[in-house]
Amino acid sequence: MSSKIDQNLSLANSKQLSTKQKLASGVGILGLFILVLALFNVNFPSRSITLTIALGLIATGAIWFANNAYLSKSKGIKNDGVWFKSISSRGLVGWITGIALTSFYIVLYFKPVWLGMGIDGASNTGLIALFDPLSKLLSGNPASQWFVYGTLYTLAILIFGYKFLLKYRHNKYEQLRTGSVMFFQLAFAFLIPEFMARLNSDTFSLPYYDLKNIWPLNYYNFEQYRVDNLISAGDVGLGLLIFGLVSIFVITPILTYKYGKRWYCSWVCGCGGLAETAGDSFRQLSDKSTFAWKVERWVVHSVLVFVVLMTTAVVYSYLGDDSSKYWLTKNVFLYSVAGLLTVVFAGVMLFKHKELGKDAKLGAIGYFAIIIALIAMHQFGMRLFYFEAETLRSSYGFLIGSIFSGVIGTGFYPIFGNRVWCRFGCPMAAILGFQQRLFSKFRITTNGGQCISCGNCSTYCEMGIDVRAYAQKGENIVRSSCVGCGVCSAVCPRGVLKLENDSMEGRINPTSILLGNDVDLMDLLNQK
Amino acid sequence: MEHIVIIGNGISGVTAARHIRKLSDKKITIVSDETDYFFSRTALMYIYMGHMKFEHTQPYENHFWKKNRIDLKKGRVKTVETASKTLHFENNETLLYDKLIIATGSKPNKFGWPGQDLKGAQGLYSKQDLDTLEEMAPDNKACQRAVIVGGGLIGIELAEMLNTRQIPVTFLVRETSFWNGVLPKGESEMINRHIKSHHIDLRLGTNLKAIKDDGSGRVKSVIIEETGEEIPCTVVGLTAGVTPNIDFLKPSNIEIDKGVLVNRNLETNIKDIYAIGDCAQQREAIGQRRTIEAVWYTGRMMGEVLAQTICGNTMNYNPGHWFNSAKFLDIEYQTYGWVYSEKNKPDYEHHFHWKHDDDTKCITIAFHKDTNAFLGINTFGIRMKHEVFDRWLTEKRDVDYVINHLREANFDPEFFKRFEKDILENYRNTLQNA
Repeated sequence: MSSKIDQNLSLANSKQLSTKQKLASGVGILGLFILVLALFNVNFPSRSITLTIALGLIATGAIWFANNAYLSKSKGIKNDGVWFKSISSRGLVGWITGIALTSFYIVLYFKPVWLGMGIDGASNTGLIALFDPLSKLLSGNPASQWFVYGTLYTLAILIFGYKFLLKYRHNKYEQLRTGSVMFFQLAFAFLIPEFMARLNSDTFSLPYYDLKNIWPLNYYNFEQYRVDNLISAGDVGLGLLIFGLVSIFVITPILTYKYGKRWYCSWVCGCGGLAETAGDSFRQLSDKSTFAWKVERWVVHSVLVFVVLMTTAVVYSYLGDDSSKYWLTKNVFLYSVAGLLTVVFAGVMLFKHKELGKDAKLGAIGYFAIIIALIAMHQFGMRLFYFEAETLRSSYGFLIGSIFSGVIGTGFYPIFGNRVWCRFGCPMAAILGFQQRLFSKFRITTNGGQCISCGNCSTYCEMGIDVRAYAQKGENIVRSSCVGCGVCSAVCPRGVLKLENDSMEGRINPTSILLGNDVDLMDLLNQK
Repeated sequence: MEHIVIIGNGISGVTAARHIRKLSDKKITIVSDETDYFFSRTALMYIYMGHMKFEHTQPYENHFWKKNRIDLKKGRVKTVETASKTLHFENNETLLYDKLIIATGSKPNKFGWPGQDLKGAQGLYSKQDLDTLEEMAPDNKACQRAVIVGGGLIGIELAEMLNTRQIPVTFLVRETSFWNGVLPKGESEMINRHIKSHHIDLRLGTNLKAIKDDGSGRVKSVIIEETGEEIPCTVVGLTAGVTPNIDFLKPSNIEIDKGVLVNRNLETNIKDIYAIGDCAQQREAIGQRRTIEAVWYTGRMMGEVLAQTICGNTMNYNPGHWFNSAKFLDIEYQTYGWVYSEKNKPDYEHHFHWKHDDDTKCITIAFHKDTNAFLGINTFGIRMKHEVFDRWLTEKRDVDYVINHLREANFDPEFFKRFEKDILENYRNTLQNA
């Protein structure tokens, strides 16, 4: 063990950063330091120049660092020293980063005043005021804490996306995918909503709408204020409302059928985008145990049930009773939801019950029973939803929207890995995963007998899938949680794994013996 | 209940144990002195490089063994007493078996070089070898140069490992070109260039004469046979192949040669004793395969087969078409069927060779010059499908068919650049010029 200590203390060895990398980190930290100064209300002569310098320094530092880290080396997998570096192996730097990020999220969600948010029409101060010029440039409005967050978030995806592009410059799939998340973040999540805000006037108003942020990830999409807002904004608003419904009920199933959930989770989604870029250095920290997998299945599906109940209750609460005024009444809506859930439940139980594990069946039956019971109770006059809609909404927003996706999901990157939210919490991932497991052309195939069980694939799976367990049996990987990032295939030293879309037939192929052995023995062992 | 004892918890022994458990309720004990739990030896390099931690190299969680009632015993077997079916351990413990599986793997070759047992001279095979390397070469301060002796797959892995810690490496290769006893010329030379591009001091056609002592029993330098040059270094990697790890069997009446001699059922000359994996030696070669195969997947396959025999379904070890893979720094290599180097090539074997301009991708297809039958392919930097080549070999396709259908065999990730057209064009041009 003494050698371990030497490693950490020795300054000049390869497990540490190079001099240029240290300088580059310094430049980036200087940029962050300017933001911290702003936080403490230091008065800068020009906010726009100061902000430009701060963000410019952060970007320059990151780009310089990435160039030095990757361009000097040959193309190929470069995970050297990942488990020696403090930041990426739950060392001191990792913990400090985790705590700093977590604190930032707590302040962001619960104490924006501390960031300088002007309350009740007061002008912004501090950090948020520093972002006023940029916000005014884009939307014409002063900044909010969400604008500051959105800007930093987009910047993070862009600069760490650049780093990722260099790291995987030998891998076209990784490059295209990363280019895609960078584009969707910059255009759809950041610029378009700001420009849309410019269209708003006294007579026309659209809510903030990131078009790629689909319900149920965007759990507030069908809340009353948004729906009212959209409906009152005429055709454009109605179009957006319909798009929101089509996104989840039409576009999502079609694309997931064709390509698996990856089309969203690692090509489009903003949460996924941050995880794949800024979070890439932490992917190896995900828990691979079967216990974690079990926890994941229960938690993520519970969140899905929660969001379905919450949304149903919220929509129900603002609908009317009188069908002569509008066809969609409380009752029609409630029966539609119950009907849709019954169709999905019955369809899966009829056609796919063989593919469900025992706990999946129990869970499905249990949750279905709960939802139907609640709806029935309501119909028998207990009016459960009516009283609890607001409570449900605010607790979901607090527990899932803020604590889970933000504070834990991102703040804990350096501790639990970069996909904690996507794996354990995201209801959108649960829906997509449910479909991916049961009804999609996507799978990861393995290459005959070439697997040497080295474990690079499992180590670098950000979703905690024990990829090796499948690869060493020659079994396709068809897992709900797989976001199709392709890194298992990239890090495999023997060319064993490939992400593919192919026919549904034979997609799931449990085997216990690999190609290469006596053909009779293979037949004997693989017949089921 | 019948007690199956397996010596060695590598891939061979563990596979045998797993399959015996699937097929039966026999009592199973795995004996090992190396580690508490099975790990993937092939991944040792990634621990030193910082890609993984040791725990990541363990394919099964620690609770797996108890759950599957596979007993693990830590200890080193000193002798096997076949008459009384008893294992004697170095700490004088004993263990009785009904059936014994010897799966003790290999140890690095040492060819009697002066100084080969000095501190700092080591192979890279076991977990202990890795620990020694971590101690002797933690960084480029403690180890200012390492010399690697032997240009094979482990040698180049060791070079890559040391390179990640910026330890300068001199790589002594006996052959005139890297691994050219196995690889055809074009491939071997491409790898030479690739090694040098990683700033590794590759010395071809160079032998080790002696390793010198610094006076305290540690490595000080090596002397080159051909030139007498002395290269100061503190670590010497001995990677000139491996040999079966069976010294403990010499006093027993189990018949051994280089390895434990076994028949096609993997039985030794003594009833109820079997040998599998790196340490087993076939009495007669199977096809073109070597009698001792120190390859990951052959160990696994022998374990799969032997489990059948032990559980009552007596079965020959009858491996399918030869295949293998490796990675040379950044270049992945796969092979299916037989492609021989110029040194070992039979007369009838002809090659079609294609190399990409970037000098990191190439393929060599071997075929019979008279019948055009496809014999095998080596592929560098392009992933290919095992299943497809296995099928083509079984179907006895000819070289034209293979080249025209190469697209079906591609296994590169989506959106990767494809080279089938280029290869086909090249093939046609070669034919016209031939």
